[in-house]
Amino acid sequence: MSVIADDATQSMSRRELMTLVGKVAGTAAMYQMMSSLALAANSTFDKRFSLSGAPKGASVLILGAGLAGMVAAYELQKAGYKVQILEYNNRTGGRNWSLYGGDTYTELGGITQHVQFDKGLYLNPGPWRLPYNHQGILHYCQMLGVKLESFNQANYAAYIHSQNAFGGKPQRYRTVKADFEGAVAELLSKSLQQSQLDQAVTKEDREILLQALRNWGALDQNYRYVKGRASSSRRGFDHWPGGGLDGEPTYSEPVALSDILKSGLWGEIAANDGIPEQPTLFQPVGGMGVIGRKFGELLKNVIRLNSKVVEIKQDETGVTATYVDTVKGGPPQTARGDWCVCTIPASILSQIPMNVSPAMQQAIYAIPYGASCKVGLQMKRRFWEEDEDIYGGITYTDQMNAIIAYPNTDYFSKGKGVLLGAYTFGPNASIFTSMTPQERINAAVQMGANIHPQYRTEFETGVAVAWHRVPWTLGCQGTWSEDARATHYKNICQIDGRIVLAGEHVSMIPAWQEGAVTSSIDAITRLHQRITKG
Amino acid sequence: MKHPIRVATGVVCTVAAVAGIVTAANAQRRGGYNFASGKDIYEHVCQGCHMADAKGAQGAGAYPGLASNRKLQTPLYPVLIVLRGQKAMPSFSALSDEQVVEVVNYIRTNFGNSYPNAVTLDQVKGLRARAVQQQAQRPG
Ligand SMILES: Cc1cc2nc3c(=O)[nH]c(=O)nc-3n(C[C@H](O)[C@H](O)[C@H](O)COP(=O)(O)OP(=O)(O)OC[C@H]3O[C@@H](n4cnc5c(N)ncnc54)[C@H](O)[C@@H]3O)c2cc1C
Ligand code: HEC
Repeated sequence: MSVIADDATQSMSRRELMTLVGKVAGTAAMYQMMSSLALAANSTFDKRFSLSGAPKGASVLILGAGLAGMVAAYELQKAGYKVQILEYNNRTGGRNWSLYGGDTYTELGGITQHVQFDKGLYLNPGPWRLPYNHQGILHYCQMLGVKLESFNQANYAAYIHSQNAFGGKPQRYRTVKADFEGAVAELLSKSLQQSQLDQAVTKEDREILLQALRNWGALDQNYRYVKGRASSSRRGFDHWPGGGLDGEPTYSEPVALSDILKSGLWGEIAANDGIPEQPTLFQPVGGMGVIGRKFGELLKNVIRLNSKVVEIKQDETGVTATYVDTVKGGPPQTARGDWCVCTIPASILSQIPMNVSPAMQQAIYAIPYGASCKVGLQMKRRFWEEDEDIYGGITYTDQMNAIIAYPNTDYFSKGKGVLLGAYTFGPNASIFTSMTPQERINAAVQMGANIHPQYRTEFETGVAVAWHRVPWTLGCQGTWSEDARATHYKNICQIDGRIVLAGEHVSMIPAWQEGAVTSSIDAITRLHQRITKG
Repeated sequence: MKHPIRVATGVVCTVAAVAGIVTAANAQRRGGYNFASGKDIYEHVCQGCHMADAKGAQGAGAYPGLASNRKLQTPLYPVLIVLRGQKAMPSFSALSDEQVVEVVNYIRTNFGNSYPNAVTLDQVKGLRARAVQQQAQRPG
């Protein structure tokens, strides 16, 4: 059997392999093998997930057509339930959203932005990247036929920038990383050689560690991080190696450890090391919003758009949602289901009367929503590629805009491109939110020009989304404190009579779509169990 | 909702007008808020949700207006809300005691409010122990 497995994995998908194992060795062996593969999984999501056997005529009312709502509708419908979704917006996807030229967006306070990007260019105001271990959302991308391309998170040629370091001149990520690690490796080697670490490191390990430090830190023969081939091949050259007579390289001078430390630039060295930032990451071709749009097309017969839920009431036999048509107006209408999956963000749900237990109500009250602001800037040409060899990825700055991210698509194309000119959270985002959209754009342009002077001539048009001003979320994400988690998390997950909540805020992966997907699957699995087994 | 204001996002307005915001704001990057007067704090922090005219806003959810708001009569009510947050409103405990005094007195004496009994520094200090820490979490 192991022979089959080894050969087969080369050329077969996992599903094909399972079927084969099933045929050859029987179902028991197949399940055994499945669970051993599952142990290696990097996600709680199980691709075999599927519900079946809904009682005849049973119905579920779903509130919100974001990813959590649409996953619930799709899977429950497959299981045989009658489903319907009420959605406030005039489109599906919720926070899964892209803004294209021709779109308009009106934020709270009434200011409308008319997006003027060229055809094919867009901003993802919310989610923009999909980590490789977010197997739930990746599964639905495949199910919907959403084409994925690489999202370039770590770009060693992009910059780290501080207004107060190196005269405000941005430094390439690769030089900061190389110089910091080189200097630390040299320090450690010195300590080792001077026997200062004898208590912590055995004699035997000491020799290995010295080798490892030389390797890790690009040290020379004498365990020093100095100007030379080793350091330059990490941090970059003054004159780069090439062919022929011009090919002789000139090495560059590393920056002293003390200068790196004082610069604060070390703060971003680990920016790509958290699991969600580790390669490989993906993005949908054409914008993140493609997922929500395609999901909506698939479910269009069961979604009612422009429907603002204003009250949720359960009784012995079902759940009634009262809603207002935001376009046609008129008196409030009602929709009813035997059961209800509510994915309305807690920020808004905290304002909607709903008869659930005090424990669940308190949980809904306990989740404030975080601030975040993104600004998209269309540039007349892709100067970051043409002038600076930056292809996708992220520049970090200690200015308030925090981030400049370069498009991870259409590399080398002539013509325009849209930069993410600001991506903020915390206090900076609150300050950005307090500005008008035009002020946010101007601020991002002005800050960006300190890193890329080309902004001054190449900037054309922008759009700014501050999440506390988004009418249908009142914020970016549920920001659970540890205390609130300990007190309320289990309560918000419970099935309360005939109502169960789902969404990013009902997950341990806040502010990621995977949280919305896995929370939805967990909620409907338990709901289905309750319905069928009592 | 008020009448939508059309913004020509292609036009760069005078750089000088923005320069003030940018310089003041750049100082914030490492956390906390650097504004001193109640007006400045309101216009750079609270206005994000309660709006420039303090009349709040309404979408699928709502931000309450602080203008002509009878609840502000009770001096410590807004202090507690700022320090602890409430439902969709996060706590703003990153504001110092002095800043809380300033901003609370500002909203209680502007936007059609004119309540006597200014909040004192000692009162805010007394409530500080009940403040809720806001965790700035990076979104995905
Ligand atoms: C700035 C930012 C960056 C992010 N980055 C990433 C990322 O890179 N990768 C990633 O995977 N995730 C990211 N996320 C997180 C991701 O967007 C969310 O976790 C996910 O989209 C939430 O899905 P949901 O279904 O729980 O909620 P939503 O998508 O918010 O869906 C809720 C729905 O309910 C509707 N609704 C609200 N009120 C009512 C009402 N009264 N009546 C009827 N309907 C109502 C809303 O219109 C909405 O459609 C980011 C989010 C933000 C804001
Ligand atoms: C992220 C959006 C947001 C920001 C920023 C914000 N608030 Fe609030 N505020 C709210 C919401 C939402 C409520 C209603 C909470 C509830 O449902 O009880 C509220 C309620 C209040 C109330 C109570 C009003 C009433 O009628 O009961 C006061 C006072 C208040 N906020 C003051 C402030 C001050 C001062 C600031 C600035 C330091 C501020 N807020 C910043 C969202 C915000």
